[in-house]
Formats: sequence, structure tokens, C-alpha cells
Amino acid sequence: MKDDNVTSIVLYGIGGQGNVKASEVCGLAALLSGYHVKKTEVHGMSQRGGSVESYIRFGKKVFSPLPADGTVDILICLHEEEYPRLIHQLKKDGIDLFPYLAKAKEAVGEQKLFLNTFMLGVLSAFLPIKTEHWLNALNQTFKYAQEENKNFFLKGKHSGEQK
Amino acid sequence: MATKKTVLFSGNEALAYGAYEAGLEFSAAYPGTPSTEITQFLSQFKEIDSQWSVNEKVAFEIAYAASIGGKRSMYIGKHVGLNVAMDPFMTSAYTGVNAGFVIVTCDDPGMHSSQNEQDNRLFARVGKMPLLEPSSPSETKELIKKAFEISEKFDTPVIFRMTTRICHSKENVTIQERKDVPIKNFTPNPQKYVMIPRYAMMRHIELENRLLKLKKFAENSPLNKMEVKDKKLGFITSGVTYLYAKEYYPNASYLKLSISYPFPEKKVRDFCKKVKKVFVLEELEPFIQNNCERLGLKVYGRDASFHIGEMKPDHIPQIVAGKTKKDKPLVNRPPELCKGCPHRIVFNTLKKFDVIVAGDIGCYTLGTLPPFNGLHTCLCMGAGVTFQEGLSKSIQNKKVVGVIGDSTFVHSGITGLINAAYNKTKGVILILDNATTAMTGGQPHPATGKTLKQEETKQLSLEKICEVCGADSIDVIDPAQVNDFEEILRKRLDENNLSVIIVRKPCILMKQKMHPKTFTNPTPGVGR
Ligand SMILES: Cc1ncc(C[n+]2csc(CCOP(=O)(O)OP(=O)(O)O)c2C)c(N)n1
Repeated sequence: MKDDNVTSIVLYGIGGQGNVKASEVCGLAALLSGYHVKKTEVHGMSQRGGSVESYIRFGKKVFSPLPADGTVDILICLHEEEYPRLIHQLKKDGIDLFPYLAKAKEAVGEQKLFLNTFMLGVLSAFLPIKTEHWLNALNQTFKYAQEENKNFFLKGKHSGEQK
Repeated sequence: MATKKTVLFSGNEALAYGAYEAGLEFSAAYPGTPSTEITQFLSQFKEIDSQWSVNEKVAFEIAYAASIGGKRSMYIGKHVGLNVAMDPFMTSAYTGVNAGFVIVTCDDPGMHSSQNEQDNRLFARVGKMPLLEPSSPSETKELIKKAFEISEKFDTPVIFRMTTRICHSKENVTIQERKDVPIKNFTPNPQKYVMIPRYAMMRHIELENRLLKLKKFAENSPLNKMEVKDKKLGFITSGVTYLYAKEYYPNASYLKLSISYPFPEKKVRDFCKKVKKVFVLEELEPFIQNNCERLGLKVYGRDASFHIGEMKPDHIPQIVAGKTKKDKPLVNRPPELCKGCPHRIVFNTLKKFDVIVAGDIGCYTLGTLPPFNGLHTCLCMGAGVTFQEGLSKSIQNKKVVGVIGDSTFVHSGITGLINAAYNKTKGVILILDNATTAMTGGQPHPATGKTLKQEETKQLSLEKICEVCGADSIDVIDPAQVNDFEEILRKRLDENNLSVIIVRKPCILMKQKMHPKTFTNPTPGVGR
């Protein structure tokens, strides 16, 4: 695919990890920044523990909701066993945020619910989206535990900024 | 002053919102992925009377009758839902509408959560109704409004075809205010609304005339959009496939069909004259392709391998190169019954018996997978009961147990049970009553005593209905009482009766699912 102005992100894991919600936040943050956004997911029967993958694409104008193989700019994986499944989608010089998963797990400990938020924070360090839009999108998407979400997001952001 | 606002909407939300803006007054549906969220989203509007119906035939008839009565209305279902509603569907083309009536069918190419991947565009030709196909959420919102206009202008039901990728993708969508449409009067008109053969024959003539007018409309409508750029390479396409192609070939020429039936022959011919090499790009069946071939046009289609499964962006260059489909083989984690799901106990118990299990559709279909391996057939909704009867006709050496969920039993199991009793069938039917439609994300149904809007209503008693259908015995059991459950199952299997065992334990997800939805982000359905 040729359009260089579009950023493509894949976010994947298994059902119940808040994958779709996280992609929702990212899509909304991009929308609030004035981008044209498309996001889509494959989540057949994911709530029954199956594989889930979400794609977010944003830019001036986005055609396809799905990226072509090997064109994804940033890859985020929320589950070690799932990791190999989609690495082929990352482009050659793409950014792989998998190394941050271990840090995220350590940071959230037993509060696994916030793994997705922490990873969003990491992601935010690599995207041209202002923190205020991220926080706004977080609040619109998560009606519960807003304070905790914000904190884990900011921790993730800090971790991502270490690069 | 009209206020405008831009939000991130899924195709389903955009469809619901567009219908709301178009003055929709009534909607009826039965849940089914990928269509479920449309109705959930509609339920927030107090201007709209919306309902979960018992099944798709019922939903179709009620919504259609509301249109004849004078209100803009809509039927919504997944692709296979329309099969259930085929009878009213076919004749509604004859009788036409009063206020606008739109038939929303959400197809599932790739079978993310379905028992087949039929292409409901073909029904437009069978039913002789106009077919609209959007390619994205933002387009969906505008096109659904057009659907109501077309329905009223031409006095016809309109088929609005979505696919999973559009239903569940999100995009910036600009929303506007609702425009109320005055309710029309119903004037009795037997020649139009009473389909005895004499009147139906007149209506058939009317239908054929209407199709000619619709064809002209499709020819001239800007909804069938020609973009001529590179005259060497062009695509005739529809739906999300259009967007996949645009990514790879932004400079090619396009004829993008949003009204793909009646087929705009002239426009297509014209396009083929203007562009040297024309490919037809579409998902599933060669619907546009066959129409082009019928006209004797030289267009390039897809290899038959592309008639199977969901279209992906990577397929586009493969099709243009004339290749067969090549996909990266992905090993997906299989879904499984949740930890603590009551269905688990049922299949663990069934395992102890040497029986054939006639299954049905719902979460419990997963009982067919290891470690249970305990469900041997699943065809369509309601077949858990009818397959129990049919299989027992032929299988002599083993007993056949029917397994069906509560929502599915109400949808189409009841008629099967009446049939079983009437025809003196013997055997055991388990109704797995988890007090919800779990597979599609937890919708209420008549036996839950709640409506779509979570209002209290008359609750259907499964025990009583089984009794009047003619079951010889009805047991109600909590499967957590494992020993009692096993004992009663053994007892009923040993008898020579028609027995129903209602296995009653609420879905463990229900508590999480049932809290009031935040309507900007309804939880997407997770299954069929
Ligand atoms: C004709 C048709 N309509 C709708 C569906 C989608 N669907 C499949 S099973 C089902 C109901 C499942 O509920 P239930 O029988 O109560 O079982 P549960 O999932 O709760 O175990 C639905 C809505 C379908 N597959 N076919």
C-alpha cells in the first residue's frame, strides 16, 4: 500500500484482555486530534478465550480499515503465546512494542485489568497525539476506575519515553 | 439550526443513527452477529419503538406491517436470519410499502461467527427488490437514509446489505438532527395488501414495472459512482472491497456500485468502453461478475478460490495478477466455554452416557470440541429438537438426546417439540436455560421476562409451554447438583417417553453483561 501518511497499528492478544477497548481509546484519541480514523477487529468468539486482533489506522485520509501484510507501523501484543501469530504484519523498520509487555506485567501486578492501559501509555510515546486527547479518550471509554486508568497510562507513557 | 458533531462510530452504530435521523419509528430484530449492536444502539432512542422479537420471521412481519400501517420501519438480522423470514420477504415485494421499509441483512464473509457464509445479495434478484451496499460506516449513515427514500419513492422494501467488516469497523461519522416524518394513513386496499391469486397477479405485473423504473434509477443515480482516471486499468466493485482496492490502486478507474440491484447495465457498459482492462472485485459470490457476463462484457473476475472467505487487502493484487488465493495460514486460539459456565457441567455429564447428541446453535455448540466431544450435529436454529426426532428414526442402537438453549428454544424449538409429541416421538430433550442469549452477548428473550429496553414484561414459562406442547415429563434441574442431574438423565433415558429436562443455571457472564450499556460504546457481540 502506498499511502505514507497513514499510520497503521495492530494490537492483539486473547479475549478478555481489553484489547478492543484499548483500540477504541487509541482510535478516539486520534479522532480528537483531527485525524481520519478507521479501526477494526477480528474477534469472532473472543470472549470465549479465542484470539483477538484490532487494527487502528489514522491519517489525513484512510481508505481500508485493514492494513496489508507487512505494512504495519507499530505492533502491540498483550499475550506472549500469541506474539508469533502476527509479527509478519510489521513492516521492516516498524516499531515492535512487545519488549514492553514484560514491563507492563510487572507494573500492573495482580491488576491485570490495566495491562491494556499501560500498553496504551507506551504506545502514546510513539504517536503524534497529545496527552490531553489520550486522557480524554480514556475517560470517554472507561466509565469505571478512571483514576487508575489514568495512572497506569501515565506510567506506560513514562516507560515508552525511555525508549 | 442543525447541529453537527463528529464521533467514532461503528457501521452498526452509524446505521442505527442514520435510521434515527431518517425518522425511523419502529424496528424489530432477533440477535445475531454481526447485526446485534444495531438494535442495542436503537434502544436508546425514545422516539423509536424497538424490540427483540421471538425470531426473524416474526420480526420481519411486525416491522413490515408497521410500515404498511404508516410508520417508517426496519427489520434487522444476520444473513441466516433472512432465511427464517423468507416467506414474508418474498411476497412483501408484491405488496410494497406504505411508509418506508428497510430490510437490514448483515452478512458474515469469513464466518467469524456463523454457520455458513451465504451471500444475501443474491436474494435481491430472487426477491426482486433494490439492493444497497455501503462500504464504510460514514457511508452507511448516509445510505440508510437514501434507503428509506427509495422505499417510499418506488413503493418497495429495500435490502440494505452490511458485512461484518463494515458492521464492526469504526470511523469518523458526522451526526445530525433527526427529521421526523409524518405518519401516513392506512387506507384499506385489498388489491394491494391481500394476496389472493387474482390480486397477487396484478401485483406481480406492478412489481415487474417497478423493477424497470428502479433500473433506470440505478443507472442515473450518483450512488453508482464512476471515477475515471487511468484508462488502462479499472475496477467494478462494491462494499468494503472498494476501499481495499483504493489502497493498492489509487490511480485506477472505478465504478463503485452502491445500488447493485437492479444492475445498472448502461453505466457498466459505458465504464467498460472507457477503460481498457476491467476487473470485477467483490466479496463471496460472483454477483456483479455474473451480471457483467450476462451482458457479454469482457471483464476479469476472480479465481473461484476467492468465492470462499472474507476478502482481505492482500487479495487485491493477487486477483489482478490472475492468481489463486494465497493466505498466510494463521493458527488461531480456539474459543472455549468460559470457566464456570453451566454448559460445561452438562457436557461432562453427557459424556458418561453412550448417546448421540443432536445439538443446536449457541454457546453450548462448543460442547463439540475437546475435551467434551459431546455434540454431534448442528445445522441451524431449532434443529436440536427436530434432529432428535429425525436421527432417532434412523439410529437404532443408541439413544438420541436433543440439546437446545433457552433463546433458541423460543426462537424455533417449540414447533419441533409440538411435532415430536404429535408424531409420538420418544427421547430426551435438554433445554439449557442460562437465562439469556449468551452467544450474542446476553440479550433478553421472552423466557427472561425482560424486553430489549430492560423493562419487566410477561415471562414465558418454559415448563408450561413444554407441557402444553405434549412432553410426557418435565424436570427442572440445577446442573450444579451434578449427581441429581445425572440420575434424572439416566432415569429419563431408560423410560420410553418424550421427556424435557430444563437445565437451569444463569450464564456466569450475565451479571457483567446486564448492567446498563453505555450507549456510545455498546459492547460488540461476541458470537453468532
Ligand atoms: C437464524 C439465526 N438467527 C440468529 C442466529 C445467531 N444465534 C445463534 S445461537 C443464538 C442464540 C443463543 O442463545 P441460547 O440458545 O440461549 O444459547 P446460549 O448461547 O445462551 O448458550 C443466536 C442469537 C443464528 N445463528 N441463526
